[in-house]
This record gives sequence, structure tokens and C-alpha cells, in this order.
Amino acid sequence: MSDMGFMSARLRRGDMTPGEKLWQMSWSLIFWICCIFAFGFAMLYSAANGSFQPWAAPQLARFVVGLGVMAVLAVVDVRLLLRYAYAFYGIVFVLLVVVDLKGFVGGGAQRWVDLGFFQLQPSELMKPAIVLALARYFHGVNMEEIGSPTALLVPILMVIAPVILIIVQPDLGTALLIIMGSGIVLFMAGVRIWKFLAVGGLGLAAIPIAWPMLHDYQKNRIYTLLDPDRDPLGTGYHITQSKIALGSGGLFGKGFMAGTQSHLNFLPERQTDFIFTMLAEELGMIGGLILLGLYVILLIYGYAIAFRCRHQFGRLVAIGITTGFFLYFFINIAMVMGMIPVVGVTLPFISYGGTSLLTLMLCVGLLMNIHVHRDVHMGVRGGFKDF
Amino acid sequence: MMVNRDSEWVRMFNRRAAVLAGGQAALISALVGRLYYLQVVESDRYVMLAEDNRINMQLLSPPRGHILDRFGQALAINQQNFRVLIVPEQVRALGATLEALSHIITLSEFDRERVKKEATRKRGFLPVTVRENLTWDEMSRIQVNAPDLPGVTIDLGLTRFYPHGQDVAHLLGYVSSVDEADLTGDPLLQLPGFRIGKDGVEKVYDLQLRGKGGTSQVEVNAYGRAIRELERQEGEAGADVILTIDERIQGFAAQRLGEESASVAVMDVHTGDLLALVSNPSFDANAFSRGLTSAEWKDLSTNDHKPLINKVLSGQYSPGSTFKTVVALAALEHGVISPEQTVHCSGSYNLGSYVKHCHKVHGSVSMVRAISLSCDVYFYEVARRLGVDKIAPMANRFGLGAISGIGLPNEKPGLIPTEAWKKAARGERWAPGDNLNVGIGQGDVLATPIQLAVQAARLANGGIAVKPRLVRPAVQGNAPITDDARPEFESLNIPLAHMEIVRQGMYDVVNGPPGATTAMAAKLKLTEPDMKGWTISGKTGTAAVRGMTAADREAQKRDPSSVPWHLRDNALFIAFAPSHAPRYSLAVVVDHALGGGAAFAAPIAKDIMELVLRLDPSRKPRAEDQIASGDAPAQSEVR
Repeated sequence: MSDMGFMSARLRRGDMTPGEKLWQMSWSLIFWICCIFAFGFAMLYSAANGSFQPWAAPQLARFVVGLGVMAVLAVVDVRLLLRYAYAFYGIVFVLLVVVDLKGFVGGGAQRWVDLGFFQLQPSELMKPAIVLALARYFHGVNMEEIGSPTALLVPILMVIAPVILIIVQPDLGTALLIIMGSGIVLFMAGVRIWKFLAVGGLGLAAIPIAWPMLHDYQKNRIYTLLDPDRDPLGTGYHITQSKIALGSGGLFGKGFMAGTQSHLNFLPERQTDFIFTMLAEELGMIGGLILLGLYVILLIYGYAIAFRCRHQFGRLVAIGITTGFFLYFFINIAMVMGMIPVVGVTLPFISYGGTSLLTLMLCVGLLMNIHVHRDVHMGVRGGFKDF
Repeated sequence: MMVNRDSEWVRMFNRRAAVLAGGQAALISALVGRLYYLQVVESDRYVMLAEDNRINMQLLSPPRGHILDRFGQALAINQQNFRVLIVPEQVRALGATLEALSHIITLSEFDRERVKKEATRKRGFLPVTVRENLTWDEMSRIQVNAPDLPGVTIDLGLTRFYPHGQDVAHLLGYVSSVDEADLTGDPLLQLPGFRIGKDGVEKVYDLQLRGKGGTSQVEVNAYGRAIRELERQEGEAGADVILTIDERIQGFAAQRLGEESASVAVMDVHTGDLLALVSNPSFDANAFSRGLTSAEWKDLSTNDHKPLINKVLSGQYSPGSTFKTVVALAALEHGVISPEQTVHCSGSYNLGSYVKHCHKVHGSVSMVRAISLSCDVYFYEVARRLGVDKIAPMANRFGLGAISGIGLPNEKPGLIPTEAWKKAARGERWAPGDNLNVGIGQGDVLATPIQLAVQAARLANGGIAVKPRLVRPAVQGNAPITDDARPEFESLNIPLAHMEIVRQGMYDVVNGPPGATTAMAAKLKLTEPDMKGWTISGKTGTAAVRGMTAADREAQKRDPSSVPWHLRDNALFIAFAPSHAPRYSLAVVVDHALGGGAAFAAPIAKDIMELVLRLDPSRKPRAEDQIASGDAPAQSEVR
């Protein structure tokens, strides 16, 4: 047996040492993630008018912590992830309930639990949790079983329940992200196309019922999408200013730290939701395209890991997380360019924000874990039996 | 079996993954397309919008031109106005800061409340004016305490200031904020706090004085806070306007009139330069500039001496006996009487059943005597022979009955009646008795004080149609000041011999007939030493006002002060000097005086004329004149 054969046999059995697993991580993926983060770091530095405070430096610290979280997650045995997927989902679900109850008692909408050193947003954690739970559910389920309507009842409930809790918060953006992400996972798990069409039809039918339940600001955001000039100093202000900033950047941009619209505060939230606008104003279309290119590389890695993985759980987790990345950056960039309504979705690895960045690094960790454990054989319940 | 199902699932997964990836690729392409559309296709439009966003054009208000008298003495200037401002966002606590300020400068409770209210309404970085017009002392006290007063700043603004506010108020007018009706499209007019001329010279020469606004392009942020100035284009300061007025004469005349409701016009008989144009009582133009209180306004508008009216231009008076000079010239021109021919004055004059009285019994009077004694009967007779339509053209040649054309607003034309006028205006035929009234400058004849000064000037200069002017022409443009050449005027075509007769009469009015010394002459003799023997010539006038009853007239003869003020006679005096080489003419009109022209207007005229002659450049100025002549320390003024 060659050394290589020895390695692969150990890989298959999943009994690598943690050191071997670290070595097995995709270091090139880490490199590209660092590239994207570096972009964001520079923009946060610019957003603070050439200062590491108050955004760039804390964000860097979180990124380093995030890399650690990623590495830890990458070496955890994938079968443990499978085994505890429901438990994790359950814990996050309980946290969501707690947040909602706190909101009811406190009289105001709240999205986080204060852990003392960190303000945890359960709705953020729900994104990887639901992917893990769905992947766990569909792992080892064969095609015939997926075809039966009763088999879909449980995953649909798993999605609907937290979505309702998140809408109540109210955080329509995250709820929609979870619905879309879960939908993709269901689709990739093999659910029939006509079932999606049916649900989509039901969803459209529900619009007249759901519309009066939306908050005024949510309705306004949709109105604004339909006619951005409707109220240029009100709801439409953000999107109008964002387009002005972007458009005036032109092909090559106004130069790093020289964006007039962002630095003169015409652009709102330039360190979080509208950071892409500032990037495109200062670095131009070239800068925007480079960032998009980096995201595409990230997606390609995600797909490659999914394809390369030998178990259903890993494939679904990888594709679910990759889809999550896509939805994040697509929705954010489309929003700042006025293609879709303003929703509170951040730009992955770029926008300032602790929970968001740590959740993303957690997702990268999961992706990395699947990459490391791509050849591990798993039983339906995450057993160690070799078949 | 298991492997088979697994591979079936893998094929499905791969197929669907391809669909998913394809969908994502399409959406990413849409992002790229949108990015291209915004940043390349529409970029120019957004660049423009971005500049609009951040660049704020500000107009810079140019300093208003000064108004100077003929020797450069400032009549209207811009004064530094120290204002204390508070920038609310830089203040630790607004209430405490105001409290601290009130220990340094006087600050009313009203001011404090206003500042607090304004501070809550405006954005924190916009300064709020606490008080204006700080004195130098107050300003210094604030500066000294500046370290303890963060957020308190001193700002220097310009306000219009009239150093001789009372003397020239009617002449200069005033500046005030722009009304809707004043808007002409000049963007300067829309500047907050911009002032334009509202009356007098300030109004007529507003465009020259105003100047051209500059612009400043300021980069602002989304909240309107100025970040930096990108470009500055300085405006053009307003041009100065130099008047023909001599402030020393103007000021003296105003002072000499005291409390009287009266007018004075002094004029150069050759150039038409108006050396003084006074209407009394006056008001403080500075008060108008800063804004009147309602009490001040009520005071000014209800005063029966009418301080707001510029009587020298818009007061229309019966010229009384001063008009006899014109009637005499008409008589000579039409040959209705020769200079030597006499008329017998028995104290009254009959025309049919109509009886008119003279103020005295003069016996036989020739023309010169008739003028010097102001005999009414002589002029009744002459006017009867002439008829109004032969008197009116002569009056018109002397500038009566039409505005003088100096260009100030609200000038009135007076009135020289004709037969046709009466028909048109009243629908009545001209009665023979009306001629008698015109003959002594009463009835419908009306003249303004400036017209009387012009009339006197044309008598003095030998019948040249001199026109009055208020602004020195050489400085109206940017042309260098030329030798103040005498403007060319037309001749009135009156034989010098005729003029001499009238002038002799006017000489005698003041100095008495040759060889005799009258009481009047003693009073009006120029007392100044070194007057080169100069004398004044003049003509008195005492004109009754409408509404006076015969009883009032009798009462006035006994004691003028027993008659209500507004019914008393007006006292007039026109004059020129020096008698034998005239250079200056003058008219004085005192409303409802306690005496006639001789007793009341003439002494005023004499005092003013004496100063005019003393200041004449042909005389060597004395040391005290030097001091009075405006070489006083320069005013603190700012362009």
C-alpha cells in the first residue's frame, strides 16, 4: 500500500487526527475568503474617513476569531454534525422563541439575546441550523420516500415554524432568505418541481391576505421599488442616493477614500447595508466586478465541494451554504442598485457586523468540514458503520 | 440496490445543481448588466446629480457703494456691525452660556427666549444671532471671555449708516429689506437680509450703489454643513455716488430751521449744483435702516409738521410776492408798462365791484419800487393789463409749473394756471379777478421750494435756463473727474435791461433804495468781516393759506400766535448773492410762520447765504473754516 492509499483509506473511515484534518482543509478557499475580507476591511477603513476605528479594527478581530471558529468546525467529525443537527436546530429555535417573548414583554421588537460579551441574533444562526437540519432529514432518504407527500410534512414544518417566529420579530428579509435557502435545499434533495410550483402558487394567492399584515415601512419599501422617485427624500431617499453614488463612480471610480457621496453622508449605512455602493463609487465598476468575481470563485468552490462529496448530507449542506452565500450577496447588491426592495441583508464578509460575520465564518467552517470529510461513509443516523 | 439508488440520486443532484448554477449565473449577469448600466451608460447623469448634491452655490453680497457730498464727506456708508452668535452644538449648555453672556453684555429676557427657540428649530451647527450692533467695548469683553464661552462667536456684518442721518434723510432716502414687488430677477435680491434703496438717492441710484454679487461654491454634506469652499468669485462693490450737496451747508441749514416746518434749497446759479436741499423736520435715516419701532413710526406719521414728507420737492406753496419778479418780466416783455411808468397805490384796488387791498398805502410806485416795497396794487394793475395767459409762459420759462428733473421720487410740479387750464380743470371761465390773484402769486399759483430756488438762479444768472442737479456728472461713470466744466444751458431770451430792473428791485428789497437804510437792510446786511462788500438780493413772500377767514386775518394782524398753526401764513424768501456777480441762489419756505417772509424767512436765508459765501472757494478760507470744512478725523467706515 502506498502512502496515498493509506491516507485515502483513513479518510474514508473518517478517523483522521485533528492535525491531519487541518492539513486537509482547502487553503486556497481560505485565501479567497481572506481576499474578500480584505476588500471589506479596506472599505471599512475608508468609511471611517481613513481610520481603523470604529469599524475596521473590530471587524478584523472578529474575522480572526471567525477563522478560529471555522477551523474548529472543520475538524469536528461530520458524523457528530449529523447526529446533533436536530439538537442545534432545537436550541436555536428555543432562542428564537425567547427573543420573541422578550419582545412581547419588553414592548419593543428585539432580534438578539445579550450574552454579555456578545449580542447573539438567533435568526442569523437559524440559517445554518435549518440547512443542517434539512440535510440531516434528507440524508439517506431514498427517492421513493421523497416522493410521498407525508415525507415533506416534517421539513416544511421545520421551515415554517422559525420563519413565523422571525416574521414576528419583525425581520422579513431574514425570513425570506430562510424560505429561499430552504427551498433550494428541498429542491436539491429531490422534491418534485410541480410541488414547488404548487407552493409558489399558494404563496401568490396568499399575497392579498398577507399584504395588510405587513408593516407600513415594509409596504413602503415595495412601493419604493416600484417607483423610486415616489418620495425622493423619504423612503426612496436611500435608494436614490445609492444610485447617484454608484452611477457617479463610473468605470474607474473616484478613488479610494475619495467617494464624495459616501463621505458627505448622502449615502446612509455606508458601513453596513450600503457598503457595496461606497465600494463601487470609490473603485468604480472595475472594483465592483472584481468583488463579484471573488464571490463567483467562492460559489465555484462551494459547488466543487458539493459535487466531490460522497454523502448526501454533505452535498446538501454544501449546496445549502453556497446558496446562502449567493442569496446574501445577490440580494444585497441588487438592493443597493435598486433592482429589488430595500431589505436588511448585509454583504457577506464585507459589511460591518459581528453576528453576520461570525455566522458566515461558521458557514465556511461547515463547508470546510464537508470538504475535509468528503469521503467519510455515514449511516442514516450518523453512525460510524462502514457500508 | 443501495448503490444503484444512490447513483440515481446523484444524477438527479447533478442535474439540479446545474440548473441552480445556471440560474445563479443568470442572476449574476443581471447584476453585472445593472452595474454597467448605472456606472457606464447613465454615469454622466449621476455625476451631475452627485455634484448637485454636494455643491451649494452661495451668493456673496457686495458692499453697497457710499454716498458722498461734493467734497467727499461721507453721507451714507457701511458700518461694521458686530454681532454675537451662538453655535448651539458647540455650547456646553445653552441656558448657562446665555446666563454667562448676560453678565458681560446687556441681554434682554426676550432675546434669551428667542435664541433658545431658534436654537431648537435650526440644525445645531447653524449659528443663532444673539445680539446685533455691539459696541466696541461689548465686543472686547466677549473676546476676552472667549475661552470660557465655547460656541460663542463674534461676526462682522455691514449695515448702512448715515453719519448725518437727520440732515440728509429726505435726500438720501433709506435702505430696507426687499419686497415682493422689488424682485427683478437679480439673484442678489433674494439673499436673506439684503437691503435695497427705498427712497431718495438710495432708490434712484440703487443699481449703481448695489454692485454685483459674487459667488462661492461650497461643498456641503447631506445635512447642509459646509465642508470647504471649492471656488470663490468675488463680486463687484457698488459704485460711489457723489452728490453736489455740501454737507456743511446742508447741516447748517437743517440746524438753522430748528423746530420749524420749513424747506431750504441752495443752488449754484451757473452749474445748477444743489448745495443744500433741506426739508424740516426730519427723521433719523439710521432708524429706518435698522427698522422702526411702532412707537417711532406712529410718532413720525402723525406729526402735523409731517417729517416724512420731503417738502422741498413735494411741498406746493402759493409763491406769494416772490412771483411778482416773474410778472414784472412778463409786463416788460409785452410792453404793458414801462419801467419808469408809475401806478398809484391808495391802499386798495377796484375792479368793477371787486375790491382788493394792499398791505400799505404806497403812493405812486415805479416797477423797481413796486418790487422793493412789494406793492400789491401795482401788480394788480399790471396783471390786469397782461392777463394770465401772458404771465404763465414767463413763469414756465423760470421753471415754475414743471418738475425740476433732478430725478428724485415724489417731486411735485406745482401749478401755473392758464385760462384753458381753469376751463379744463374746473369747468369755469377765467374771471378778470383771477388775474389779480395771479399777479401777486396767490390764487391757483403753486410752486415748490426747489422751483423757487431755480427761479432765483435764473434771475441771478441773467436769464440762463440753468437746471438743478444733485449728482456730480463726472463720477456717474468710471470716467476720471474732469474739470467741473459749466454745463451749457439755453438762454431764456430776456433782454438784460429787463433783468436789471427786476434785480435792482430785489437788491432794494434787502439793501433799501440807494442812499436809504431800511430796517430790513440793517437786519440782512452781511455782518461777517471780509465779505468783500458782498450783498444779498432777494424777494420776500407772505402767502395766505386756504381756509383762512377774514376774522382770522384780522386776528393774525394783531397777534399771529392767536391763530391756529395750520391757518397761519406761509413765509417765503428767494435770494441770490453776491448781488453784482451772483453765484448762489436760495429759497426758504417756512410753513405757517409767526411772521411774513421779511420777518421770518429772510433772516434764515441771510444766515445760510452768509455761510455759503464764507465757504465760497474764491475767498481764502480761514483757519476755523478749515476745521468746519470736513477735514475732521476720518469716520470709521468700511467698504
